[in-house]
Amino acid sequence: MMNFIWVGLVAIAVIAGTVTGNIAAVQEALFSFAGTAVEIVIGLVGVMVFFTGLMSVMEKAGLCEKLGKAISPVMRLLFPDVPKDHPAMSSMALYFAANILGIGNAATPFGLKAMADLQTLNKTKHIATDAQCMILAISTTSITLIPVTVLALRSAVQVEGAAEVVGPVILATTISTVVGVGVTLLLNKSKKYKLENVIERERAAGTLTINEDYIGNDPIKL
Amino acid sequence: MTEVLNIISKYAIPLILLVIPVYALAKGVKVYSVFTEGAKEGLKVSAMIVPYLVCMLCAIGMFRASGAMDWLTNIINPITSLIGLPGEILPMGIMRSFSGGGAEGMMSDLLTMYGTQSQIGRIASVALGSTETTFYVIAVYFGAVGITNVRHSVIAGLLGDLASLIASAVIVNAMWF
Repeated sequence: MMNFIWVGLVAIAVIAGTVTGNIAAVQEALFSFAGTAVEIVIGLVGVMVFFTGLMSVMEKAGLCEKLGKAISPVMRLLFPDVPKDHPAMSSMALYFAANILGIGNAATPFGLKAMADLQTLNKTKHIATDAQCMILAISTTSITLIPVTVLALRSAVQVEGAAEVVGPVILATTISTVVGVGVTLLLNKSKKYKLENVIERERAAGTLTINEDYIGNDPIKL
Repeated sequence: MTEVLNIISKYAIPLILLVIPVYALAKGVKVYSVFTEGAKEGLKVSAMIVPYLVCMLCAIGMFRASGAMDWLTNIINPITSLIGLPGEILPMGIMRSFSGGGAEGMMSDLLTMYGTQSQIGRIASVALGSTETTFYVIAVYFGAVGITNVRHSVIAGLLGDLASLIASAVIVNAMWF
């Protein structure tokens, strides 16, 4: 996908530049933007370094666990199929807490653990369960409170007013998460995407594979 | 509403700066050494951004200089202006779902072209910060456990991205323009 977008951008730029007679400007843009890109990165290193430092202090202080406990009532609402004492519940809570606190890279291992824990509740090997779709919807719509990369990029261009977007980002990301979660809840029950129906369709097509690691008490028989 | 959001923007980071280190200290964390050790990760992340930013900014810069970006925005402007979204932002909005690095490059281009406090700069910043790279997240997390039938995840993710783009335009326009 990115291959086509990138090659498309460059090829169109060269062709359009030739047609419009702007080809000299196109060439100059290449040289000047290569420099600009590095300047921007140099400008953002400081902010990036500071916040990752702060994030690790947050992690060490156990704020993830604390926040994870605080959000567990919401979790039970969003993941009704996951038993309360299943390990997935705590790994998901940790994952969401890390996301909210903006511990970007450190959140990934938590997320992978949560996904693997949820897989033990999956009757099939390769079809996403409702819970797995939900955790995905929440992560793709982002629940981060402080958008560190955006702040770093903004302050690299201009320090003044760099943080003025924090409030709007929190509101916008809440809206996008509500939409993502809402769509997931709605389509969970739709004819086309309902888990039982998807399983039946794959069974009919002969592509269904059973998950041997399923620990629930209602396995599918082929 | 505007006032509340402005207060959040003004005090969110200072509050975090006050609460976290003090709380960590009270919990017996060696704040200074943990901070500097963790900060090294930021250096790595910054270095990782370089190739993406150079790659994308050069392509976008050439695309803009050739005049093709003007054609594109002229075509999409009438549609996106219905929700108060300048057409210049749409390419970044679409890129957001596919590549985080690509979208960051495109936003840097918009910020340098129009300024961080312009309508375009602000909407682009809010849009970039309020969602994640849908296809990347799906590939990483579902790939890790071998899920190939993702059901409605792509639809939910993309509708979330669209919602974030529209919300960004509405919020920024209501607050500043």
